Amino acid sequence: MGETHDGPLLKTPLHALHVELGAKMVPFAGYDMPVQYPTGVLTEHNWTREHAGLFDVSHMGQAFVVGPDWETTAKALEALVPADILGLKPGQQRYSQLLAEDGGILDDLMITRSSYKGYEGWAYIVVNAGCKEADYVHIGARLPSGIELKPDSDLALMAIQGPEAAAVMETLVPGIAATPFMTFVETTVDGMFVHASRSGYTGEDGFELSVQVKDAPKLWQRLTADARVKPIGLGARDSLRLEAGLCLYGHDIDTTTSPIEAGLNWSIQKRRRTEGGFPGAARVQKELAEGAPRARVGILPDGRAPAREGTVIKAADGAAIGTVTSGGFGPTINGPLAMGYVNRRFAEPGTPVLLEVRGKDLPAKVVTMPFAPHRYFRGK
Amino acid sequence: MATVKYTKDHEYIRIDGDVGTVGISHYAQEQLGDVVFVELPAAGKSFKKGDSAAVVESVKAASDIYSPVSGEVTAANPDLEGAPATVNDDPAGKGWFFKIKLANPSELDGLMDEAAYKAFLDTL
Repeated sequence: MGETHDGPLLKTPLHALHVELGAKMVPFAGYDMPVQYPTGVLTEHNWTREHAGLFDVSHMGQAFVVGPDWETTAKALEALVPADILGLKPGQQRYSQLLAEDGGILDDLMITRSSYKGYEGWAYIVVNAGCKEADYVHIGARLPSGIELKPDSDLALMAIQGPEAAAVMETLVPGIAATPFMTFVETTVDGMFVHASRSGYTGEDGFELSVQVKDAPKLWQRLTADARVKPIGLGARDSLRLEAGLCLYGHDIDTTTSPIEAGLNWSIQKRRRTEGGFPGAARVQKELAEGAPRARVGILPDGRAPAREGTVIKAADGAAIGTVTSGGFGPTINGPLAMGYVNRRFAEPGTPVLLEVRGKDLPAKVVTMPFAPHRYFRGK
Repeated sequence: MATVKYTKDHEYIRIDGDVGTVGISHYAQEQLGDVVFVELPAAGKSFKKGDSAAVVESVKAASDIYSPVSGEVTAANPDLEGAPATVNDDPAGKGWFFKIKLANPSELDGLMDEAAYKAFLDTL
């Protein structure tokens, strides 16, 4: 969750490469991670929007939930998350949230159904770095007997994102560019096993590549050998996901927010809304029916001053109506941007609001997200 | 040649008679990264040495700029609003923040000169 951590910082399998590239390293979720490379956040952000950026996300938690068959595994997962897991096709993945009994969000995660013969009962999950230990305890304690959680610390994860990402991957794996958004293929690159899913955290087309730790530096170097690919740090990862309107756990969503307040209704499929059967279902169903008391919204300041996390959001009459949860500068929109929670009466796009920045109320308005359009590849 | 002095917070002040031009050092702009917004004080505003006088924002974070001396602001750089990246491109020149009329020139004695600042950077 937080960026704080006790004890020595952990290193990803790509740590030495980041240092060699001259990255500025910072502590993040207990890991020593590259926040930017020498070219800087603006250049990295724009490169990803125009070409292909390569991100080390090996700090994230990768695990398998293993049961005897898909139905058994899916039902066990559906007891923890509000998404339709049973309905996943082999090779398909979904975004969901681990929910607490009160409907608060313990973490958000990706859940993928295996497509391999002999592994029909396997689900692959990816969770946030800062939450992974707590998630594993939470999940492990709630799986019924016969279903096992297997965290896999022998896997690294990198993401290649941007309009040229698919063309780059196509040079390594012919045919891979046809993989639709939110599905995966298992493939090999120079004998390295690669689990490649068409997904990411930038709003751009791209892949997330899970690879064995021992192969990670080689795959990274294969990808950066292509002139269209540049390494991108956590700084640009944050500005890219903010422009894409995507939540950062511990900031935009946490144990105090429900998925409906967060506007994640799209991630709860119809059968689950009706049937319930997940933690916090009563709150989620009530908020679906009646509306949540507050809503996560996009906010565009009229001026040039960024409004950071924690900024008080006020109505035109000066009454406090909410708080910014992520805010900064968006290089693609070339201006400041923010997201935050407001009382639902103020959530309509176009509503004028004020942002209290350094004692001054700066005019802004509620807008529809994403700020920069999503450019996912949904298949042909 | 004008005298330039530095603070431990990496502001500089270039002295010309009883007016100082304040900005941030090359090291500071490098640490901040791409500057996207600068908030400057209005002319006529008075500061004590060490007061927060301006704010510089990068993509990721906001940082306070402290006045190296006491005095009254006589001008703010009008070009930074439209071109904040000037702070990165030319921090010692066109990327200046504001000019301040020194209330107490002896405060300069407590600041580092070029050589002392360079030695200070070597300790970081």
